[in-house]
Amino acid sequence: MSEKELIKGNYAVVEAAIDAGCRFYAGYPITPQNEIPEYMSHMMPEAGGTFIQAESELISINLVFGAAAAGARAMTTSSSPGISLMQEGLSYMAGCELPAVIVNVMRGGPGLGNIQPSQADYFQAVKPGHGDYHMITLAPHNLNEMYDYTFGAFDLADRYRNPVIILADGLLGQLMENIELDRTKKPELLNAPKPWALTGARGRHGQRILSLLMQPGVLEKHNFKLKEKWDLITKNEQKFELTNMDSNPDYLIVAFGTVARVAKGTIQKASADGIKVGLFRPITLWPYPSEALKEAAKNVKKVFVFEMSLGQMVEDVKLALGDASKIEFYGRPGGGVPAAGELYEFIKKRVK
Amino acid sequence: MAKERVIYKKPESLTDVPFTYCWGCGHSMAHKLIAEIIDELDMREKVIAVAPVGCAVFAYDFWDFDVTEAAHGRAPVVATAIKRVHPDKFVFCYQGDGDLASIGMAETIHTANRGENISVIFINNTNYGMTGGQMAPTSLISQVTTTSPYGRDVKNAGYPIKMLELLSPLQGVKYLERVKLTDVPSIVKAKKAIKKAFVNQLTNVGFSMVEVLSACPANWKKDPVKANKWIDEEVSEYFPVGKIKDIT
Ligand SMILES: Cc1ncc(C[n+]2csc(CCOP(=O)(O)OP(=O)(O)O)c2C)c(N)n1
Repeated sequence: MSEKELIKGNYAVVEAAIDAGCRFYAGYPITPQNEIPEYMSHMMPEAGGTFIQAESELISINLVFGAAAAGARAMTTSSSPGISLMQEGLSYMAGCELPAVIVNVMRGGPGLGNIQPSQADYFQAVKPGHGDYHMITLAPHNLNEMYDYTFGAFDLADRYRNPVIILADGLLGQLMENIELDRTKKPELLNAPKPWALTGARGRHGQRILSLLMQPGVLEKHNFKLKEKWDLITKNEQKFELTNMDSNPDYLIVAFGTVARVAKGTIQKASADGIKVGLFRPITLWPYPSEALKEAAKNVKKVFVFEMSLGQMVEDVKLALGDASKIEFYGRPGGGVPAAGELYEFIKKRVK
Repeated sequence: MAKERVIYKKPESLTDVPFTYCWGCGHSMAHKLIAEIIDELDMREKVIAVAPVGCAVFAYDFWDFDVTEAAHGRAPVVATAIKRVHPDKFVFCYQGDGDLASIGMAETIHTANRGENISVIFINNTNYGMTGGQMAPTSLISQVTTTSPYGRDVKNAGYPIKMLELLSPLQGVKYLERVKLTDVPSIVKAKKAIKKAFVNQLTNVGFSMVEVLSACPANWKKDPVKANKWIDEEVSEYFPVGKIKDIT
């Protein structure tokens, strides 16, 4: 049974987290994600969970670390500068193999930047902090997906014992849309045992959660063990969406999140002029769906990469294709949001 | 056959791993007191501890109850979340002065101010032990460290921070006591204070912290006897031992 609801993107995140059994939330105010801690402060106590307004994003992420270590489904949310402050904690969580969901409603940077939508934290999400680690990174492009991906992120985090990032932006956070909620869906792993969690050493010796492995070779072994996990995730979890590929397009757009949404309008404008353009939208930014992209780009003349940044994902597109000669990049940094016509103009000038 | 009588045995809350701390270091004694108290309160199976970044990061090698690490300075935050998730468990964090009073200052103050029902054991050895004896916010005026080779200069580094006196006015804070480990009577007092802090949590009194003036002979370049003498004569002169606050 599904119900329709007119809802703001940031609220959809809260609904999804509560429905997924998240019972611990910590967050610090920062625009454009303030509706999340605000709505959470109502919803979480109602659901019988813990809401803490952290006094900094350092405190947010370390509260989430503690809650995860104790076995709870935990989440924090922020926007770009706040996510920067969380990098140390995220590295610890990956090293300690702790599950959690982190939502980044990206805004313009660098520095304090502005509060317009941006995608310039792509690197920070998919090529994160110190040490060898990865975080599954999901990029919604509408509000239904803000709900669905957040909901699903908790199972992913638990399955792989790893932080999962929802990489949204200020537009998706602030937008209102009718979304269809399937409230009958149950999280798969909500009640799965977590024998590694710290719950008191009842009838057993004490157990540890740690990333410090000082003996020579032990940390190297731990890293190789983690690599097996990254490989498994890379094999199992790549997701993407294809649009207008049945038309055998001559050109391909690669875009994620808000830009992918805009690009769907671009495709329509192009097709009205008889130019066939397809869209490859990576849903998982890590693991990046490289093989699928290679396949989608096989027969096109050009690959247009559009981002709300100076070009970050485009590096992964180049890696996937192994040949940059077909790639044309257009980006709007610092809070600029491209319009469908603007992207079409860029394409038109490069199409014979 | 003479009947054997057990006079003393290793606490159950300690593993069989021998302490690896330096000769005369206060961490070993503090670890042991905590283990003894946990045994006495019969709560080994409900303890979840948070180890700091510092020499005592290895606490989990020696304690046989659940322990997690925390990033440098964030131990009270991690402890807060564990206690909120498991209010029926006993949660404490154990931190050095670099961890608690420097990089973790904001975490310490906000945890205390929220009145979290956790216990904090604060090991003040007036320097950064693990990284080789650098100046800490708690280093004494004129104390020579590897980063204050001419002695701590208050014009450059300010005055040593008295954490308990700083936290004392916060309404969420219920119990603060400073102790030392320099002789048997002070060790007995230290144990009493830590036990009180732990019982406070068990009876839902709220935030308690015990500061332990602790010797660091290796970095102080003093033998253990002289290190203890220095605590008695100089360190406890600036950081007076005794109850700083008790509204339990
Ligand atoms: C973010 C970060 N900065 C610095 C360090 C390096 N570091 C490790 S232990 C330590 C000092 C610990 O001193 P203290 O808390 O006084 O404990 P002690 O070792 O004296 O017991 C520092 C600075 C670190 N691990 N992480």
